[in-house]
Amino acid sequence: MQTLFEPQDPAVAKKLAQKLIHLADSYRERTGIMPTFMEVCGSHTMALARTGVKLILQGHVRLLSGPGCPVCVTDQKQIDAMIELAESDDRIVCTFGDMIRVPGSKRSLQSAKTEGRDIRIVYSPLDAVRIAEENPDRDVVFLGVGFETTVPVLAAALQLAYKKQLKNFSMWATTKLVQPVLRTLLTEKHVKINGFLLPGHVSIVLGQHAYQFLVDEFQMPGVISGFETVEMLSAIYQLVKMLDADHPAIMNNYKSVVRENGNPAAQKLMFDYFEPCDEAWRGIGMIPQSGLDIREKYAAYNAKKKFKIEVGEPKKTRCRCGDMICGLATPEECILFGKACTPLHPVGPCMVSTEGACSAHYAYMRKDG
Amino acid sequence: MDRKITLAHGDGGELAHKLIQQIFVSAFGNTRESHFDASFLSLDSGQIAVTTDSFVVKPLFFPGGDIGKIAVSGTVNDLAVAGAVPLYLTAGFIIEEGFLLADLRQIVQSLADEARAAGVRVVAGDTKVVEKGSVDGVYINTAGIGIARSGKTVDPKTIESGDVVITSGTIGDHGIAILAARGELGLVTDLKSDCAPLNRMIDAVMDAAIAVKMMRDPTRGGVATTLVEIAEDFKVTIQLQEQALPIRREVVGACDILGFDPLYLANEGKVLMIVPKAEEERTLAILRRFPEGANAATIGEVTDTENGKLLLETPLGSRRRLHRLSGMMLPRIC
Repeated sequence: MQTLFEPQDPAVAKKLAQKLIHLADSYRERTGIMPTFMEVCGSHTMALARTGVKLILQGHVRLLSGPGCPVCVTDQKQIDAMIELAESDDRIVCTFGDMIRVPGSKRSLQSAKTEGRDIRIVYSPLDAVRIAEENPDRDVVFLGVGFETTVPVLAAALQLAYKKQLKNFSMWATTKLVQPVLRTLLTEKHVKINGFLLPGHVSIVLGQHAYQFLVDEFQMPGVISGFETVEMLSAIYQLVKMLDADHPAIMNNYKSVVRENGNPAAQKLMFDYFEPCDEAWRGIGMIPQSGLDIREKYAAYNAKKKFKIEVGEPKKTRCRCGDMICGLATPEECILFGKACTPLHPVGPCMVSTEGACSAHYAYMRKDG
Repeated sequence: MDRKITLAHGDGGELAHKLIQQIFVSAFGNTRESHFDASFLSLDSGQIAVTTDSFVVKPLFFPGGDIGKIAVSGTVNDLAVAGAVPLYLTAGFIIEEGFLLADLRQIVQSLADEARAAGVRVVAGDTKVVEKGSVDGVYINTAGIGIARSGKTVDPKTIESGDVVITSGTIGDHGIAILAARGELGLVTDLKSDCAPLNRMIDAVMDAAIAVKMMRDPTRGGVATTLVEIAEDFKVTIQLQEQALPIRREVVGACDILGFDPLYLANEGKVLMIVPKAEEERTLAILRRFPEGANAATIGEVTDTENGKLLLETPLGSRRRLHRLSGMMLPRIC
């Protein structure tokens, strides 16, 4: 019978962890610096916590969560607008599961749903197109949140709706690009790290070459990694090795699925339907050309143009999700964590999303409760 | 008979009579009890065990079972894991107007077949028909009656360090099978729900005089939530070995895609047992004699009898604490 791990894995993983810890410690002895890396991707945040990698490296290598959880980086005003969008009897709002419990300034999609709004969780935006077809008398809006991993699928949904000439389907797109935010973290936010654990899924679309600027402009190493224990340990080991040798480069440790130039078909689909735009990020603010918006040609499918949604300034809370995604705070440093903010009563998106730093910490690393 | 359920099927008149006679009484084969408003049961003297559960599963038919089968296994298993011998069931149906009679017949037949296979009799029932949209197809409530075993009880007070925790098989099958069967997630899998009555298998363990100290079926909330409850209720520390958890490849794959943790997925045909270390091998051997126990495995042990908590040792050797499922599991974006 299959168990959660292949039989050879634990021994390999343990040995690798020892090697990694040894190298990290000797680097620290030599330089006085504990190697510090940022995992860009929310799925890495979760996997590092779940597999115990983060715990076993504690005191040897510091791992900071980055801006890769799509829901967490979404600007609060956008979240409020998307919830407002659902406050209409004749609309069906379709969303990814992660969004449904994110607190808005007034309420969440979940509480709007409880009170009778038609809000549906779908796994693929294509399902939302199908729902639009089945409900020709009602407007169906898909909440398009995500990075380059997700945007090609959003484009596929627009393509399908366009092909079927659906008049009642539209999308509220608030998408994010990886490169601009990494650049912003290193320049404006002055994040103190020694390298990036680069996202696996996004890189399938973008390819390895997309990160070369980190080396060229910032002398910052990066390793693209998968999500298994051994894959993540191996990637972190490569980072420490490059740091130790002072030889920064971008390495692809996920060659089974990530190619040098990524997935050109997905990239083409993405730019056929979307064009770069300025985008606001939680905790960071507006970053020029850091998002993608629906092209003018497909404006009929752009919910931001189709519906007049107005929201006020978001309610301020003491939630530190904005600092969290910039690697400037850890969950334990937030005064709300585990007390006023829990998965049942989340204050910010990092506690809601299965890719959020607080949610991962709460599920897998919190000490009491 | 008409093809669909109408409100008239629930009005107590001619159609209701026909429905009960043709679908329910014929399936359950208990014409005698159906002549009275209540059933009279003969039980051996001693303590009786009573439990009830409502079933609102969606979809109604799924790989490995249907709502009728699960309505039997859920209630029978609740009695069995409490250490009782299940004997009788009641079944209440709330049916949506417009529901297909053929589907209802299939569900009732499946309920009757499972009850027969588990050795329990359905001795009372009820049907209500509600307007279209008021329920989703059909909901079933079953209550179960069983008797306590003479002299053999499940006694959690005797749990001590070194006792082992055993699962009767792979974890998370039902949760993923149901999600896939809903067809909303684009998952295609051959995975079947594990839903099954476990009383005969549990009988075999109890009859072998194994000192089972605690038993529970890890349904909603999964293995982790069930063991957290045991740990907290009886102030024991349970440590699981992640490597030892039996789990199907399909379940691992689906969890990877959706961002779910298999330890929190529902099971409908599994039992978790705490037994003395000395009886570990004998317990596993008995469980493995049954098809529903073929993948039985030891997954952890009791390490302390002062602090009520559940720990998981990862293959890396790091240990982390497991908590109850907090809120719903929702599929992630990427």
